Amino acid sequence: MTPGLSTRELMFEAGSRAYEDAGIDPRKDVQSFICCTEDFWEGISITDEYMPDQLGAVLKPLCTISSDGIVGLATAYMHIMSGIADVAVVESHSKISDVLNPDEISSFALDPIYNHHVNADPRFVAGLEMTRYLKDTGTKRDHCAQVAVKNKKNALLNPRGVHGANLDKRAVLSSKVAASPLTELESSKTIDGSIVFVFASAQKAKKLSNHTVWINGIGWSSDTPWIEDRDMSKAAYAEQSAARAYKMAGVRNPATFFDLAEVDDTYSYKELQSLEALKLAAKGKAGKMVESGAFNRDGRLPVNASGGSLGVGHLLEATGLHRVLEAVLQLRGQAGRLQIPKAKKALVQSWRGIPTATGAVAVLGN
Amino acid sequence: MKNRVAIVGAGMTLFRRRMLESPKELSFEATRMALDSAGLELKDIQSVVSGSAPDAFDGMHMKGEYLLDGMGGIGKPNQRVYVGGGTGVFTPIGGWWNVASGMYDTCLCVAEEKMSPLHPHPQYAFWSIFDQILERPLGTTLLWIFSLEMRRYMHKYGIKEEEIASVAVKNKGNAVDHPCAQLGAKITVEDVMNSEPICWPVKRLDVSPPSDGAAAVVLASEKVAKKLTDQPVWLDGVGWTLDSTHWTNRDLAYPEYVEKAAWMAYKMAGIKKPRKEIDIAEVYDPFDYKELHHMEGLQLAGKGEAPQMAVDGVTQRDGDLPVCPSGGLLGVGNPIAAAGMMKICEVFWQLRGEAGKRQVKKDARTGLAQAWGDLMQVGTVAVMRS
Amino acid sequence: MKVSQKITSYPGHEITPEDIKEGKYLDAVYKFEPKYSWAAGVAISRFLAELKEGKIIARKCMNCKRILVPPRMYCEQCFRPTDEWIQIKDTGTVNTYSISHVGTDARRLKTPILVAVVDLDGATPGMGILHNLGEVEPSKIKVGMKVRAVWKSSSERQGAITDIRYFKPIGDE
Repeated sequence: MTPGLSTRELMFEAGSRAYEDAGIDPRKDVQSFICCTEDFWEGISITDEYMPDQLGAVLKPLCTISSDGIVGLATAYMHIMSGIADVAVVESHSKISDVLNPDEISSFALDPIYNHHVNADPRFVAGLEMTRYLKDTGTKRDHCAQVAVKNKKNALLNPRGVHGANLDKRAVLSSKVAASPLTELESSKTIDGSIVFVFASAQKAKKLSNHTVWINGIGWSSDTPWIEDRDMSKAAYAEQSAARAYKMAGVRNPATFFDLAEVDDTYSYKELQSLEALKLAAKGKAGKMVESGAFNRDGRLPVNASGGSLGVGHLLEATGLHRVLEAVLQLRGQAGRLQIPKAKKALVQSWRGIPTATGAVAVLGN
Repeated sequence: MKNRVAIVGAGMTLFRRRMLESPKELSFEATRMALDSAGLELKDIQSVVSGSAPDAFDGMHMKGEYLLDGMGGIGKPNQRVYVGGGTGVFTPIGGWWNVASGMYDTCLCVAEEKMSPLHPHPQYAFWSIFDQILERPLGTTLLWIFSLEMRRYMHKYGIKEEEIASVAVKNKGNAVDHPCAQLGAKITVEDVMNSEPICWPVKRLDVSPPSDGAAAVVLASEKVAKKLTDQPVWLDGVGWTLDSTHWTNRDLAYPEYVEKAAWMAYKMAGIKKPRKEIDIAEVYDPFDYKELHHMEGLQLAGKGEAPQMAVDGVTQRDGDLPVCPSGGLLGVGNPIAAAGMMKICEVFWQLRGEAGKRQVKKDARTGLAQAWGDLMQVGTVAVMRS
Repeated sequence: MKVSQKITSYPGHEITPEDIKEGKYLDAVYKFEPKYSWAAGVAISRFLAELKEGKIIARKCMNCKRILVPPRMYCEQCFRPTDEWIQIKDTGTVNTYSISHVGTDARRLKTPILVAVVDLDGATPGMGILHNLGEVEPSKIKVGMKVRAVWKSSSERQGAITDIRYFKPIGDE
C-alpha cells in the first residue's frame, strides 16, 4: 500500500526506473505510450487525462487500452509492427489503497438488468465457476488448496512477495469462506503498484540493450460476457488466446516447450483451469500434477515461481504486466533467489478478473 | 507504410437524446449495418476494436466487456480503446494498427455511447473528469473548460460571438439532410445569439446535445479490400497526441495537440500542404467555436483566421473546403464516442459519392476526420483517400 | 449496387419525454456510490498544508527553470524530478474567465458562478490555477485583470483548495 504517494508520483517512479533500465529519454525516444486503466478503479472518468506528464508523454501519442496489461503489450507490439513506433511504452498500475469500497465497484461490472441485483460479495461469480469446474473435471478441493500453498511459499523468496506465507493445505481450506467453495486464503488480495515496460523494434533493441527479451507470440481473446452462457469447466478465453500465441511463436508441444510459466492465479482453482486451457496439463489432470510437485519451482515446469497473485498480490489491470515482469526477470537471469536455471522460454497468461471472460497470452524468449 | 488499410463498410444508428435500445443493441445495429454494407459476415471478422467513452454514462464498470457481444466480439480478440472524446476517431485508428501490423486482415471497429441512463443529467458524469483535489471542490462542470477556452480564443484574436454562431447555423442546417440527425434545423445567427446563456460566452445553441447512438466501420487489408469492393476508402494517415494534464498551465487559444496529431497523420499520408490537399474535413464540433479552433490546429486555417473562412462561406457544402457537411455534433448529435465514428462514416460516404443530399459539390478525393477529448488534451486525426 | 442504396432505414427507436411520463417503458434504477480516498501524494499534500497556512507554494525545475503551480514532484517537460519548493504570491492575472449559469448536474443556478484561470504571480508566466472570482460585477471582468486571493479565516481553513474563497480584483484598494 502506498498512501504517501499519489498515483501519478507512483507512475513517475516506475517510469523513471524503466527508462533508466532501457537507456532512453521518453521526451525524445518514444513514439507511443499505452496505459491500461479502468475509470472506476481510479475514481476518475477519462483516466488518460492524468497519464502523460508523469510518463514523459506530454504532447506525444498516448492512449488508454481498457483491458489487461498483456493486451497493452499486444498493442505495443502492433504499433511497432505497423511502423508507427520504434519504441513504445506500456504502463499499468493499481492504486487500490485509494478505493474505499472495491466490492461495490466490482459488482458494478455485473450485467445491470440480470445480475446486478445479487446483493453479495461479487466473488460469487468465481464461486459459481469453481463449483462447476471441480465437478466437471474431477479436480479436488485439496488440489486447489495446494496451489495456494505452493504460490504463497514461493513468494517468501520474492522481494515483491507481499502476501507470501508458509501454510499447509488445512490452514487454507479452513480459512474464512469468501464465496463457497472458495476460501479467503485461496483468493488473491489487491495491492498497489505501477509497472512500466519499454518495447522496441528489433533493430532498435539491438542498439539499446544486451539483455533483450523477445515477444515471440501473442494472443488475446474474449468469451461471452454472459456468465450464464459460459462453459465454466474451461477457460475458453485462455484456450483461444493460447492457440493464437502458440501459432505465432511456432509452439507445437506446449507441455514440454517452456522453461517456466506465469499463469493466472487470481483464485486458486484458476491456476488449474488456466493450465489446462493452455495445454500445459490435460483436462482434469492439472490438480494431480500440482499435487505431485510437477509445477513447483524445482519441478518439471515451474508455474508461478514468483508466487503469482496469491503470493505477491493482485494488481487489477496491471496483473498481466506483473506476470510479464516476473518472466522477464527470469529470462534475463535477474530473478535472484527465485531464478530458474537456464530459463530461455516463458509463457505468460492473465485474466481480467470477475465477471469477465477475457484474457491474454504471451510467449517470451531470450 | 507496410500494409495499406481500407475502410470497406460503414453503418450507424439514429442519434437521439434517449433511445430504447440497450447499449448492446445499439452496438449490434451499427455493427450489423456495417457488415451488411461490406457484404461480410461475423465469421469474416478477425478482430474487434471498440470505443466507448466514460463508463459512467452507461452505468457500468468495465463497459467494454459488457458491450463485446453486441459488437460481435465473442471468441475474438477485443481491444477497447479510450481517449475521452477523441475515442470516436481513435477507434478506427485502433483498427488500423490491428491490420497494418500484419496481425489481422479484417477488423471491425465499433463506437457506442448511451448517455441517457445517467440521472439527473448526463452532464454530471463530466464532473468526475476534473482533478479530485484541486478542481472538483469548486463545483466544476465540463462547460467551464469550454467557456474558458472560448473566451481565451475570442480574446486573443478579437473574434466576435456572431462569427462563431455562424458555425452552429451551418452545421444544424447541414444536419437537416442527415437521416440520423437529432437536431437538424434551419436557424439563424440571431437565434443563436438570443439563446439562453449557459456558461457565458457559451449559449444553448452553441452546444451539442447529449445523445445515445452507435456507429461502426469495417477495415480490411489491401488484398482483402480489393476483393470486397472496387471503391475502398484508404486510411492513409493516422495521428494522435495527448497534451499535459495541467490544462491551466497552457494557453488555451491554440490547440497544439491537434496540430501535432495532424502532422503525424499528414506525414504518414504524404500530405505537405493540408489546406490545398484536403478536400473535405469533418472537424470535431462539440461547440461551434471548437470547429474554428480545430481548423486552425489542423493547419486548414491560419491562427485566428478560421472565423473569416466560416463567414465567407468557404466551409459550406458548396465551398472550397466543406467542413462538417454531415451537420457535425451540433446537428447530428453527440454520443461521445459514436460521434467521432459518425464523422469517419461521413467521410467514407462522401469519398464514395454516396452521401445523398449531403454530397459536397467538389470532387472530393482526400478527406479528414478529427476528434478531440479530455481536458483540452487529445487530438485524434484520420486522413482518408478514395 | 452502391452501398447507400442498400440502406433503406437507419435503426433505432427514440424514447420521448412524454413516453417516460406515461411510463411506457420499464427501467431498472440503481444507485452507485463508489467511495475513494485519494492519496494526495507528496506534492499536493504540501500544497494543501501551505494553503492551510494561507500560502501558495510551487516547485521549481532547475533544468528548464520553470516554477510550477500546481506543484509537482516531476517536471513533465524535462522528465526529471523537480528540485525546490518556492513560495509564490497569492495575486495574479485573469488568463480567461466565464460566467456559469448551470451547476454540476446541469440544473440552472440562481446566482451564476464566476470561474477563471488565474495566472499566479511568482510562477512562470502562464502557470494558472482554476478558481472562482468574487466581489466583482460579471460585466466588468476582463482578461488581463489583476486579482488577489480572498482567504477564509485561519480557523476555517482546512488544507483544501477552498481555503481560498475566491479571487477579487485589485483595483481601487
